[in-house]
Amino acid sequence: MGSVLRLRKLCYVEPVKFQSFESIKNAGKQQQQQQQQQRQEERTVSEVENAVQKNGRDDDEDTKKKEEGKKKMKEWRCIDSCCWVIGCLCTVWWLLVFLYYSLPAALPGFQPPESPGARLGREGVRALHPVVLVPGISTGGLELWEGKPCTEGLFRKRLWGGSFTEILKRPLCWLEHLSLDNETGLDPPGIRVRAVPGLVAADYFAPGYFVWAVLIQNLAKIGYEEKNMHMAAYDWRLSFQNTETRDQALSRLKSTIELMYLTNGRKKVVVVPHSMGVLYFLHFLKWVELPPPMGGGGGPGWCATHIKAIMNIGPPFLGVPKAVSNILSSEAKDVAVIRSMDPGVLDSEILGLQTLEHAMRVARTWDSIISLVPKGGETIWGDLDWSPEEGHGCSLAKRRTLQSSGNNKNSNHTNGKRTFSAMKDLAKYGRIISFGKEASYIPSSQLPSVDLKELLLGKPSTISNSTCQEVWTEYNELSRESIRDVADNKVYTSQTLLDLLRFVAPKMMKRAEAHFSHGIADDLNDPKYNHYKYWSNPLEMRLPGAPDMEIYCLYGVGIPTERSYVYKMSPTGKCKSIPFRIDSMAEGYEDSCLKGGVYFVDGDESVPVLSSGFMCARGWRGKTRFNPSGATTYVREYQHRPPASLLDGRGSASGAHVDIMGNVAFIEDVLRVAAGATGEEIGGDRIYSDIMRMSERINIQL
Amino acid sequence: MPLTQRKKGAEADKAASDKAASSEEKIVQDGSEDEDRKKKESPAGKKKKKERGGEKGKWSCLDSCCWFVGCVCTVWWLLLFLYNAMPSSFPQYVTEAITGPLPDPPGVKLKKEGLTAKHPVVFVPGIVTGGLELWEGHECAEGLFRKRLWGGTFGEAYKRPLCWVEHMSLDNETGLDPPGIRLRPVTGLVAADYFMPGYFVWAVLIANLARIGYEEKTMYMAAYDWRLSFQNTEVRDQTLSRIKSHIEMMVATNGGKKAVVIPHSMGVLYFLHFMKWVEAPAPMGGGGGPDWCSKHIKAIMNIGGPFLGVPKAVSGLFSAEAKDIAVARAIAPGFLGNDIFRVQTLQRVMKMSRTWDSTMSMIPKGGETIWGGLDWSPEEGYLPSKRRQIMNDSQVSSESGTNSSSSRARVNYGRIISFGKDAAESPSSEIEMIDFRDAVKGRNLANTTCRDVWTEYHDMGIEGIRAVAEHRVYTAETVLDLLQFVAPKMMARGSAHFSYGIADDLDDPKYEHYKYWSNPLETKLPSASDIEIFSMYGVGIPTERAYIYKMSPSAECFIPFQIDTSFEGEDEDSCLKDGVFTVEGDETVPVLSAGFMCAKGWRGKTRFNPSGIRTYVREYDHAPPANLLEGRGTQSGSHVDVMGNFALIEDIIRVAAGATGEDLGGDQVYSDIFKWSEKINLAL
Repeated sequence: MGSVLRLRKLCYVEPVKFQSFESIKNAGKQQQQQQQQQRQEERTVSEVENAVQKNGRDDDEDTKKKEEGKKKMKEWRCIDSCCWVIGCLCTVWWLLVFLYYSLPAALPGFQPPESPGARLGREGVRALHPVVLVPGISTGGLELWEGKPCTEGLFRKRLWGGSFTEILKRPLCWLEHLSLDNETGLDPPGIRVRAVPGLVAADYFAPGYFVWAVLIQNLAKIGYEEKNMHMAAYDWRLSFQNTETRDQALSRLKSTIELMYLTNGRKKVVVVPHSMGVLYFLHFLKWVELPPPMGGGGGPGWCATHIKAIMNIGPPFLGVPKAVSNILSSEAKDVAVIRSMDPGVLDSEILGLQTLEHAMRVARTWDSIISLVPKGGETIWGDLDWSPEEGHGCSLAKRRTLQSSGNNKNSNHTNGKRTFSAMKDLAKYGRIISFGKEASYIPSSQLPSVDLKELLLGKPSTISNSTCQEVWTEYNELSRESIRDVADNKVYTSQTLLDLLRFVAPKMMKRAEAHFSHGIADDLNDPKYNHYKYWSNPLEMRLPGAPDMEIYCLYGVGIPTERSYVYKMSPTGKCKSIPFRIDSMAEGYEDSCLKGGVYFVDGDESVPVLSSGFMCARGWRGKTRFNPSGATTYVREYQHRPPASLLDGRGSASGAHVDIMGNVAFIEDVLRVAAGATGEEIGGDRIYSDIMRMSERINIQL
Repeated sequence: MPLTQRKKGAEADKAASDKAASSEEKIVQDGSEDEDRKKKESPAGKKKKKERGGEKGKWSCLDSCCWFVGCVCTVWWLLLFLYNAMPSSFPQYVTEAITGPLPDPPGVKLKKEGLTAKHPVVFVPGIVTGGLELWEGHECAEGLFRKRLWGGTFGEAYKRPLCWVEHMSLDNETGLDPPGIRLRPVTGLVAADYFMPGYFVWAVLIANLARIGYEEKTMYMAAYDWRLSFQNTEVRDQTLSRIKSHIEMMVATNGGKKAVVIPHSMGVLYFLHFMKWVEAPAPMGGGGGPDWCSKHIKAIMNIGGPFLGVPKAVSGLFSAEAKDIAVARAIAPGFLGNDIFRVQTLQRVMKMSRTWDSTMSMIPKGGETIWGGLDWSPEEGYLPSKRRQIMNDSQVSSESGTNSSSSRARVNYGRIISFGKDAAESPSSEIEMIDFRDAVKGRNLANTTCRDVWTEYHDMGIEGIRAVAEHRVYTAETVLDLLQFVAPKMMARGSAHFSYGIADDLDDPKYEHYKYWSNPLETKLPSASDIEIFSMYGVGIPTERAYIYKMSPSAECFIPFQIDTSFEGEDEDSCLKDGVFTVEGDETVPVLSAGFMCAKGWRGKTRFNPSGIRTYVREYDHAPPANLLEGRGTQSGSHVDVMGNFALIEDIIRVAAGATGEDLGGDQVYSDIFKWSEKINLAL
């Protein structure tokens, strides 16, 4: 500090000196000028013939020059001061950066809370079972291996994940390379974009935005390292079977699990899939035991010998309504990640002109999204008048979040009663898409009955618009009339929804439905269920015969989660080729679950409780036809609490779809299981939501 | 923009003042009263000026500093912006404008020929080039979890050097992790594509392979912890099992196409070890069965393989002076060798690198039979200048041996370490060698102040050191005794994992122990007659072969020996430079070590190669980069830069796409390797 003061003093003293010096100089100048003037006067005296005019002009010129000089100086100083300001800023910034780096990693006085890994490590919990992490949709990085000339210099650089700088630099090129072929759902010719392998694939989605990093770090604290921890990265744009066809991703996963099992003293593997990874791993479970041409040929005991537990995080077992709105109008972001990345950019009306169309066109080439369309039809998701969640009070959910910290069980009980009292305003969640707010709540008898099947048959001719072709989406092939017809049908349940999607995006659905199925099996012994398209649907597949295997459903609750939408038709613009959009004007009453055109239920912001919990809570509980060997299931819910302070980052008790991976309680559960604990030992079920009640209401043969 | 604005402004002012001037003219015409008034006004104007001058005076030291920084920043940002906005092919345009059109990179060229990816490719990186990241560390390594301690920017080595050295070291007794520290190899292609930003190792090869269709599913980087002894990588990380499983998987998922393995530098020895390991039965080996290699491997393309060791390793272990491979040298030229920093740096480096068992895998093998005795060496008569002439003739080098009867004093390359120049040159009968092995190691040098940079030299005492120097001359055989003497602990660890001899009888059951597996002179190649073994290396760069040492000025904390850099050869063409005798090689590995096995030891059916695996020697003549834009050269022959050599890349791609060694053109030899190999008297 002293030195700074001294410096300042120096700088303030000096100018004074300068001033005095300058004044002397000025004085000198004055003298000179006077002399000049004198000389001029002499001249005027000598040159009497010359008029006074000329003299005056000379004088003028003199002053003019002076003025110009002054002006120049002034302007110079403008730039100078610009430079000066920039310089100051830079210096200060550097100083701060320097200080930041020279700071000790932990501030004295601020004691960061001990991480669960360190705590359990002290308790003597050590690495035992190898761990396999299966990332979800859009969290895994993708890098370029071969591209068009516009991607010069991007070889093996991340196109997805990382800093995303290429979107800004060459957006069209970027979109082109992330798209898949519209017919095959595989690489377009001349483009190879591949999943980044290894833990780096999905530890951070973007710099500073962790996905798996916190979990990895905590696992490392109890002794895990790369030899007993594996990230099963795959290209999340492809349909699951195509990852095997193109990249042999499933074979690699099988080989890695076998290797880890052998090199770690024949300890079974704990698998931790997240989000869509859950479905991917379901697919893997079936694939690995089936014979070679279609499957992995591991034989019927493979899962029983190699897998100890599957800890599904935020599992969208039965799909997510978000996927529907995404496909239909690319409005709801498929997972929370993107939303938190660029809040509002995609939604923004200004950029919306083309961005959304482009996003839709690209996203529609990704088969994997179809795996997230709600499964189980009206039996699970409810029909026009009924839904398993009905009676859910949104405001109550919120209130519960606030008081949740203490007596969870009690509050849960009382809430159950209160939700019934709030029944007067029953949201009809079964109507996943309704056109107009009215259609979302009027009794079904008042709805217009238009047969969509008929509508589908009368396929209209295209109104191809050449000016819009560059952002071609399949909507361009639909005529105005048929779009109106779609809107006239007013209400779609999860069953008719599929017809709707088939109608508006026939090519995509044709591609994807060869890979995914969304029904409920009547008879699981039907040999058709050996086809891979059924493997990722828990309602059309049997769990492998592994009675010792444990299945966990771990998910956050307490965040309003999109469940159904109120749509409207877009204002007709020429190139606005997405004809529908969510009617964000539709608001419910204060306590209503309708907000911004979206009905909300309890969930983890992306996946409703119903989808993530049902299979573990009922579908697979005990010996059912979906779980013939009776593998034990556990439901572990984590009540969402927003981060306590800024230092808490994204929260150590968050329940959001991705942020839950930093939830301390969740991490502890995973660590304990990885270190050998069973589901009973970590406390069995742990439920905050109404999942049990909701599951009971679903009428499904088990 | 501001410039034009200013101009405009000035013009406007001019116009305004012109107007004013014209109006004033009128006024002046009207009468002289105005003039008088003006004169009265002028002092006031001057006063104003003075004030302004005062303001200007405040434009002081600090301000101008800021101003300067601001200018620099702005310019820098501007340049940065321009650089980022520049199309990425711009440097190429410039190069083409200067040197004419560049040849296509080999990947592009061969793609045009219709080559596509066929055999899966396995890379085995060498010592030092693979990245290491932290998984568990002491408190000082806070925040470095999963950050690279080795490779990358090496930022931590500068920020917290002691912490860094501590974490890079292994346990001195076990050769494994010290307690509380887990440093693990980075996995995947990123492990060794770039050693540090901008310094490629495998990246160019990977990029070219990708051009003909390779990607991660058909390329595998067998990254391992290069600090450990080879068997310990299996013990600690199960690395060998992983490589086995991965190769099996790649072969299975690529339609049964066998793998092409490309080991580099020490990776060559590592892969030799792997081949023995994988076929050996389970407790010590991988249990793959006797035909594993023939089922899974198509070709082994060794790049710059130090099959018989490198003399550099000796000097590295002995006095930490020669950097063990060229990479480290390229990063810090002279930094480590610098006399100012030497006081502590070298000791620490020595202490650290002596805990790395792997460096001992590169001690010269085969003793005097291979490396030459006191008076004899296979390379004797080698003249660097002569070869240059041959190069000018650009003729085949086979007949070059005829006129090599040199009149000069022959260099005794066999004396790998000699104390004093006379010891290096005089005939062996004149050298008086006093046996050092019985010398008593005094402990009188033990000095507590040096303890923190403890090396085993402190245990030796003055007597021991003098005894070492008095032995005068060491050959490849006695060098082992020397190392045993000066670093007993390290050698005790090392000799449990490596062996340096020549087998008399390869059927002796003792050779089933893993310590022999990485020595090509004590192992049999697997019985797989379909495999092809390539030895690819650069030639044309002087390579360290023997050293002249002196005792350091006796300061207590110094390493007691150092290379006597004062010795130079008599003329320019001499092989002696700065106390180092050089021969032909790739800057790190002498030709003899890289080429002998493929040129003679394994050629045809020998006892080391019972199934008659075909071998090829492919040499790449070094040509320095033509200009700066070429980077590290497309025709380089130096140890690491050879991986960017277009000819080498082309060979590899062709083999990966299915060609055999014959298709490539068989041997391609520039050096005297065949002549030298002939001179080696080894039972085959």
